Amino acid sequence: MTTEYLVLSAILFVIGAVGVLIRRNAIVVFMCVELMLNACNLAFVTFARQWGNLDGQIIAFFVMVVAAAEVVIGLAIIVTIFRTRRSASVDDANLLKY
Amino acid sequence: MTSLWLPLLIAVPVVGAVVVGVAPKSAAKWLTLATSLVVLALTLVMAFQFKPGGERFQFVFEADWIPAFGVKFGLGVDGIALVLIGLTAVLTPIVIAASWHDADAPHAKYSVKTYFALMLALLAMMVGVFAATDIFLFYVFFEAMLIPMYFMIGSYGGAQRSYAAIKFLLYSLFGGLLMLVAVIGLYVVTTSWVGGDGQPLFANGTFMFPDIIEALKTQTIDSGTAKWLFAGFFIAFAIKAPLVPFHTWLPDAAAQAPAGAAVLLVGVLDKVGTYGMLRFCLELFPEASKWATPLVIVLSVVGIIYGAIVAIGQTDMKRLIAYTSISHFGFIAMGVFAMSQTAQEGATLYMVNHGFATGMLFLAAGFLIARRGSPYIADYGGVQKVAPLLAGAFFIAGLAGLSLPGLSSFVSEFMVMIGTYSSTAFGSGALAVAAIVSALAVILAAVYILWMVQRTLHGPTAESVSGMKDLSKRELWVVAPLLALIIGFGFFPKPLLDIIRPAVTDTLVNVKVDNPAVAEKGAGE
Amino acid sequence: MENPAQILGNTAGGVIGFSWLMIALPLVGAAILLIGGRRTNKWGHLLGVAMSLGAFVVAVLALVQLLGLDPEQRRQAVHLYEFIPGMVDMGLLVDQLSISFALLITGVGSLIHIYSIGYMSHDPERRRFFAYLNLFVAAMLLLVLADNYVGLFIGWEGVGLASYLLIGFWYFKPSAAVAAKKAFIVNRVGDFGLLVGMFVMWTTFGTLSFAGLGDATIEQNGTVTAIGLLLLLGACGKSAQLPLQSWLLDAMEGPTPVSALIHAATMVTAGVYLVVRSGAFFFPLGSTAALVAGIVGTATLLAGAIIGCAKDDIKKGLAGSTMSQIGYMMLGAAFGPVGYAFAIGHLITHGFFKADMFLGAGSVMHAMNDEVDMRKYGGLFSKMKVTAITFIIGYLAIIGFPLLSGYFTKDGIIETAIEHNPVMGWLAVAGAGLTGFYMSRMIFMTFFGKARWDKDAHPHESPAVMTVPLIILSIGAIGLGAFLVLGGRLYQWLAPAVGGARDFVPAFHPFSVPGLSTLALVAVGVVIAWFKYGKAEVPVTAPRGSFLTTFARRDLYGDALNESLFMRPGQWLTRLAVFFDNRGIDGLVNGLAATIGGSSGRLRRVQTGFARTYALSILFGAALLTGALLLVGNL
Repeated sequence: MTTEYLVLSAILFVIGAVGVLIRRNAIVVFMCVELMLNACNLAFVTFARQWGNLDGQIIAFFVMVVAAAEVVIGLAIIVTIFRTRRSASVDDANLLKY
Repeated sequence: MTSLWLPLLIAVPVVGAVVVGVAPKSAAKWLTLATSLVVLALTLVMAFQFKPGGERFQFVFEADWIPAFGVKFGLGVDGIALVLIGLTAVLTPIVIAASWHDADAPHAKYSVKTYFALMLALLAMMVGVFAATDIFLFYVFFEAMLIPMYFMIGSYGGAQRSYAAIKFLLYSLFGGLLMLVAVIGLYVVTTSWVGGDGQPLFANGTFMFPDIIEALKTQTIDSGTAKWLFAGFFIAFAIKAPLVPFHTWLPDAAAQAPAGAAVLLVGVLDKVGTYGMLRFCLELFPEASKWATPLVIVLSVVGIIYGAIVAIGQTDMKRLIAYTSISHFGFIAMGVFAMSQTAQEGATLYMVNHGFATGMLFLAAGFLIARRGSPYIADYGGVQKVAPLLAGAFFIAGLAGLSLPGLSSFVSEFMVMIGTYSSTAFGSGALAVAAIVSALAVILAAVYILWMVQRTLHGPTAESVSGMKDLSKRELWVVAPLLALIIGFGFFPKPLLDIIRPAVTDTLVNVKVDNPAVAEKGAGE
Repeated sequence: MENPAQILGNTAGGVIGFSWLMIALPLVGAAILLIGGRRTNKWGHLLGVAMSLGAFVVAVLALVQLLGLDPEQRRQAVHLYEFIPGMVDMGLLVDQLSISFALLITGVGSLIHIYSIGYMSHDPERRRFFAYLNLFVAAMLLLVLADNYVGLFIGWEGVGLASYLLIGFWYFKPSAAVAAKKAFIVNRVGDFGLLVGMFVMWTTFGTLSFAGLGDATIEQNGTVTAIGLLLLLGACGKSAQLPLQSWLLDAMEGPTPVSALIHAATMVTAGVYLVVRSGAFFFPLGSTAALVAGIVGTATLLAGAIIGCAKDDIKKGLAGSTMSQIGYMMLGAAFGPVGYAFAIGHLITHGFFKADMFLGAGSVMHAMNDEVDMRKYGGLFSKMKVTAITFIIGYLAIIGFPLLSGYFTKDGIIETAIEHNPVMGWLAVAGAGLTGFYMSRMIFMTFFGKARWDKDAHPHESPAVMTVPLIILSIGAIGLGAFLVLGGRLYQWLAPAVGGARDFVPAFHPFSVPGLSTLALVAVGVVIAWFKYGKAEVPVTAPRGSFLTTFARRDLYGDALNESLFMRPGQWLTRLAVFFDNRGIDGLVNGLAATIGGSSGRLRRVQTGFARTYALSILFGAALLTGALLLVGNL
């Protein structure tokens, strides 16, 4: 049982990670990040069920809260960037460098 | 038996610095001078209450600071620390009076008030570093001193000031961090000491120097560890002092700093290095010190000769003076590590006398530079014709720099050399060669000082100096006390030596060297 | 009133208890004149003279008191204060030796002070001159009166300082400034010897006081020889003996009274004082240190005489002569108590006749618009009779004309030398012949023959304030030698202080072989000089001269030697050291800083600004960490 859930979680995580790395559109990158977070949540919940305690579930809630906060701030940033630069590509926002 | 003298000595300039910071601009200079004079008066009163030959550390003050690690706010002075605090207290008002217009210079970024507030902050830390009996507290003051000095050089200095300030800061920080490692290492060692009753001696460990010294009579530090810890302390002090080859920051810093700051830098701050060697390196790690002595003596002698030779070749007055100091610090370090009563007394006395002599030389050079606007020796000539008093002050300061007998620096240099020559700590005659080679500096000193004097004061009057004004009243007040001290202690060094002597004897007892004076003290008890 | 000296715990009472006044008076004078500045210009010179005379009075009174004591009691200690506790107490030792010096210093010194009133009357900075002269007298008295080596050393350097200040009195002349510096530095080489000598002394005997060393048993061994040689090095520096002679000729840049007082009569003889005072380290006769002292003395007396033969500058000629005469003293000081007596005797008479001649030269220069070239003198006898006659008395004294001062003292040294070491003795005889030559040359070129003056020269006799000291000094030059030497008076007076047998009278054989041959050689020298410079015309421009003349004119290539051996290598060494410091040590430090700075500069390129690159590196980092943990096996 557990193994299958974990494999699913791993697959979701990899999909998310690959999405973050190869996609340019900030919104899509953002969604991929969410996917990775939720893959982790799945793993947490799985382990909670496996060991029969609530620790994993609590952490999953924390992750969700943090993810929600992140979405709020992240989307705001993306919208602002889009307004000033007319682009949602993460590669165009590269001013913050050496 | 807690005494409030030392906390007071530190608190007064701190309060003064804050007051100067908020006071109106017109009052800032006078407030600073008044504060420093209060500190001087307090120091003198305290010094007269000091009982040479009494308890080793007097005016002791202790308060818990970080109890979990046994850190205390511990203050106290023995004869060595007392004379150095005295040096600090005497030099500071003189320097303040001398730098009356230094911060007015058009290129200064910060306000006049800041400069004088920094000066007072520095005074507090200089007193603190000599008064600290807690090694952690010493470390804190040791590092904190850098902050005001960094700003004094970096904001009010010459054309290359930021280069010099950063070099000074990085060098000192590097040494300081090595010392911090050693301080922590020492702390860890103290936590492992077990007393006679099977209980740990210091449950939370300790940084208190007197307690550690007392404990060392029964406890030991593993000799390998001791060598590493010694090296940590020593390198920090060797950079601070500075000894060759850690010296190249000093000429830059001293040449770029305003003259007053340069006096405090070379006259007092650098003494923390040699003071630290005498106080911490020797007493905490006697065996390691003896193990390192050959190397230190060689470094010192090389520094004495090398500093003098490089000084001869300088074209910039302030750099020249800085290099002479490197030569003199070689003498002090040699005296400290010769481990004989006479040499260490001489070295301690040298720290004081060097402060006066080099201080006066820096200030007189500063007066010259302020008038002519150039630090280069070649831009001067025949100053004696137009400004005889200034020339006289510069010349006498130069004579003190070349240790002319009859001036204070001679007594200390003589004691260091003769004490080194006759030291028996390593078998008789072992250090004789070092003393003889160092005596060659007597000749080199005459060359660097008199050549500079010839090129600046003598010869036909250069056109660029022909309108030079002689010393003003204020400047006379700066020069006169230094002159009196230099000549006075040149003929009558006894008052200082009486204070220094018991402290040096105590040091040598703790270092466990075979020494006639130590034997005498042992027999007397 | 209670005697403050007794409160200080003195053993000596009476005037001797106050002998510190001798030092204090001129010191106070110097301080007042230097601190008072221009305000004291009007009466400064009078104060200077008064202080010097005051010191002289104290010295005379101290002498009177000493004379009233039993000869064995004439060693009076005056304790002043603790100097370096446990090592040196500051105190004075008034004994036969030191009081002789004190009298010479204050006596001749006062005369020269008086003379300077006239000589320096046109100098706007006459006050400063007197301040320095007073400083010199104070330091010189400390040198001879101190009861320990450290006090002596303070005086030793003090006179060096005064000499520096006075040679460079006309500091605006570059040549004077350079000469002053050179004198000080060369002296410092000697001081190095004296310093190290003190180290060895303290380490070996545990004392630096004369009394303490007197009580110690000093036996000849390597250490004692080393002390002797080191002290001799110090003496060579101060007394311009080979190989440290080069500064003395340049020192003539100073005003002439300075040359008379410091560089002829007193300071340069301090080396002889040191050797005599430290006699124990030069004992027994023929020990290495004594032998070296004799060799140094002999070499210098010849070198100085040879230099004197070729100089056209009257002051440099006299300076060469001074070197030579101090060489005689050093030679005498190499031969124990009898030699000491003659050396000190010669030192005292030389102080008179050489000061006399230097001041006479000053008087001539004063008359000739400060011209020093003897080739532009000539025929001055009729123009300035007092100066000429006193000068000629000094001249007769120095060449050892029978019955004048130099005759007794120099002959004594030569006889003592021949007795102990014939080679040195006969070389000293040859030196006497040279003295006859070069001094006669000077007399003939200056006072006789045709006038070769510059057009604007109007020679005239100097004022009385200058001639009276000349007359007093020439009286000393006539009679002092006979007074000191005949009947062994000086020897017996000094014997308790320098350790000789009291009832002994040193033999004096005027008609012995050495005595007669000395006279004959001197006569030959005078005659040759007469033929070359008296009878024949003296050319105004110096002829090129033989190799030997050039050799002598260039001070036996002493300066050239110093320059090529020490100065140039020193300059190279300095340049090398500065280069090494700036490029080597500092270069290393700055290089390290630059390397760190440079590599950070390259490293920061990793921050590309592309968020996805960061994400990739995070992924790799996470993978790496996971892998590492797996490897360790803790997962």
